[in-house]
Amino acid sequence: MAGAGGGGNDVQWCFSQVKGAIDDDVAEADIISTVEFNHSGELLATGDKGGRVVIFQQDTENKSQPQCRSEYNVYSTFQSHEPEFDYLKSLEIEEKINKIRWLPQKNAAQFLLSTNDKTIKLWKISERDKRPEGYNLKEEDGRCRDSTTITTLRVPVFRPMDLMVEASPRRVFANAHTYHINSISVNSDNETYLSADDLRINLWHLEITDRSFNIVDIKPANMEELTEVITAAEFHPHQCNTFVYSSSKGTIRMCDMRASALCDKHSKLFEEPEDPSNRSFFSEIISSISDVKFSHSGRYMMTRDYLSVKIWDLNMENRPVETYQVHEYLRSKLCSLYENDCIFDKFECCWNGNDSVVMTGSYNNFFRMLDRTQRRDVTLEASRESSKPRQVLKPRRVCAGGKRKKDEISVDSLDFNKKILHTAWHPQENIIAVATTNNLYIFQEKVN
Amino acid sequence: ITAECAVDAQSLISISLRKIHNSRTQRGGIKLHKNLLVSYVLRNARQVYMNEKYAEIYRMQQYEEVMTVCNEIQELDPLDVVSGGAAADECEDAGVAEQQQCCAGGMAGGQASLCGAQPCSLPSAPEEACKTSETLFYRSCCAEPYPPPPPSPCDFSPAHCNKTTVLDLDTHVVTTVENGCLHQDCCCTPLQPCSSPSSKKRKVSDYSGCGYYAPELEDVSVDPAPCKRAKLEDCCSDCLVDLDTANISNLISIFGSGFSGLVSRQADFEQAFNGQFCSKQALASLGAWTRAIVAF
Repeated sequence: MAGAGGGGNDVQWCFSQVKGAIDDDVAEADIISTVEFNHSGELLATGDKGGRVVIFQQDTENKSQPQCRSEYNVYSTFQSHEPEFDYLKSLEIEEKINKIRWLPQKNAAQFLLSTNDKTIKLWKISERDKRPEGYNLKEEDGRCRDSTTITTLRVPVFRPMDLMVEASPRRVFANAHTYHINSISVNSDNETYLSADDLRINLWHLEITDRSFNIVDIKPANMEELTEVITAAEFHPHQCNTFVYSSSKGTIRMCDMRASALCDKHSKLFEEPEDPSNRSFFSEIISSISDVKFSHSGRYMMTRDYLSVKIWDLNMENRPVETYQVHEYLRSKLCSLYENDCIFDKFECCWNGNDSVVMTGSYNNFFRMLDRTQRRDVTLEASRESSKPRQVLKPRRVCAGGKRKKDEISVDSLDFNKKILHTAWHPQENIIAVATTNNLYIFQEKVN
Repeated sequence: ITAECAVDAQSLISISLRKIHNSRTQRGGIKLHKNLLVSYVLRNARQVYMNEKYAEIYRMQQYEEVMTVCNEIQELDPLDVVSGGAAADECEDAGVAEQQQCCAGGMAGGQASLCGAQPCSLPSAPEEACKTSETLFYRSCCAEPYPPPPPSPCDFSPAHCNKTTVLDLDTHVVTTVENGCLHQDCCCTPLQPCSSPSSKKRKVSDYSGCGYYAPELEDVSVDPAPCKRAKLEDCCSDCLVDLDTANISNLISIFGSGFSGLVSRQADFEQAFNGQFCSKQALASLGAWTRAIVAF
């Protein structure tokens, strides 16, 4: 059903566009570090390791005709964060954009929050398509006119100009985090937002930059006793008093800000007991949660750990209601993945518009679509080879062992340098954005 | 812990330490989350490693009882090589095997803990001492810096032979790491006995060596003798063949600075690394997951 944002395996996905450099030599600054649609889906923002934000806008001219494909074109590019140096600690602060979150649109301008490890910034993106002309005291190029030459008065008028999109930093929220920021989340009240680092979560008001409230602090008195860190945090989509945060131990805590000022005590603790038969040297690493996302409905939340995706019902704390294996064939490879650091990759996950399908990335530029209603899953690939216009993506299969069938790829042939960590799903339509290392792929549902 | 891809605990320890070390110079500062996860792998690997060592020690203790019997047989008739030969040969072979393993590297061989404190028959005369039959165990030449060992064909003065002994306070297991260089020489000539005026009791909680020990250890009677830090590094770099030698001093410094060393300022880390790691304070703040004393 077009427009419902649904569809899992009934949907056939087609290549639509790819953004980014073609050559294999990837500049580190171009590595995409976050992808996010805005609330209408008209805008798609990416952040990269070089501290830049690129915003694409959906071409709406042909939207009235469902047959036509809408394309995303560059709308605005700006440098959000620069590298900094903390002289006190002799530390360099990376300019890499860790997260982007859009604010709901209130007026003509668009607002987004972008953050690196230490500082969050509120950016205003506004359009200018006309400019005043006919000033009395200055020339068109800005030079001042000699007042002795002015003999008449005229009223300046607005004249159309080429569309210009301007991004300006409206707020800078700095110096509130000792550790590295991993999440930001805008509250449903549209006034506040939270930012989370490894040990603390702060609550901000969007208008106030010189103060924030610390609402979660898990730093132990003695750092020797540290056993877990915060890995992600998010506000509930409708309840402005509720948020969750996930930990490196595989637990999720839900907190109610009405209960107390400091939400160290959770109101709910979501945890699934570990399967002892799966115990290994790396059990702690693979149980660390890399992402947590509420469903649009607010009834469920999804967590991603290294090998699986879990769907939790907010009313049931002792186990998830659904568990999906993303790439179970990697379980026997954990040692090599530890050696090459891949085991520390932080995969994200996302819901489709009606919460029926979830998506997450994997290696070899594979990504997985997990259909909750039909209990089916498919593996697709983002590659230049499958990038002909409107080319339908073919499901991929990984052969875990034994005889490899035709069209299957064996685990040992997987390219672990090609990882899809960041994906986003249009809030209303079957349009997805999938980030490979330095390219952004946009896929759409096949239409006749 | 399920076995996977033939990984052994020791290589994981080595890899993990390398990661922690590298994280210090990574752009953006030390990543707390990643280092915490690496420390879990370290802890898991260490547990497996210690379990293996326990098993090894248990096996060696049983073996040692056999060897003690051999020794006693030997003492009954020290000059009678022929009569005690059969038993002695067995013992000697085993002894050679053991000492070779000893020399291969303290931690790697897993036998090193026994090297330091084996009772050794005292040769009555140097010539006799060099007889094959007399050599049952290779006695660590630097077991006792004081008093100096009696003269013997192989001169194992403390100055030449250094040893690093590590005692784990959690498990009370002693690991001795010998200076591979000279020790190798010793080992290559298995006929050379080493002797010591007093044989130390083969008590697990004992350790011998020169250097520093934590105040908690009450029952150890040893005279610490200061050794230069440079020697420590020599020791380590020579003998720990299986572990990444460049990281051994890091191992000690990391253990010494505990987990908090990972998140403290870079300056603290430098301090820990540059020589403070043997201070009482540093050692007293060891993380719960490992407590090691370095004697050097």
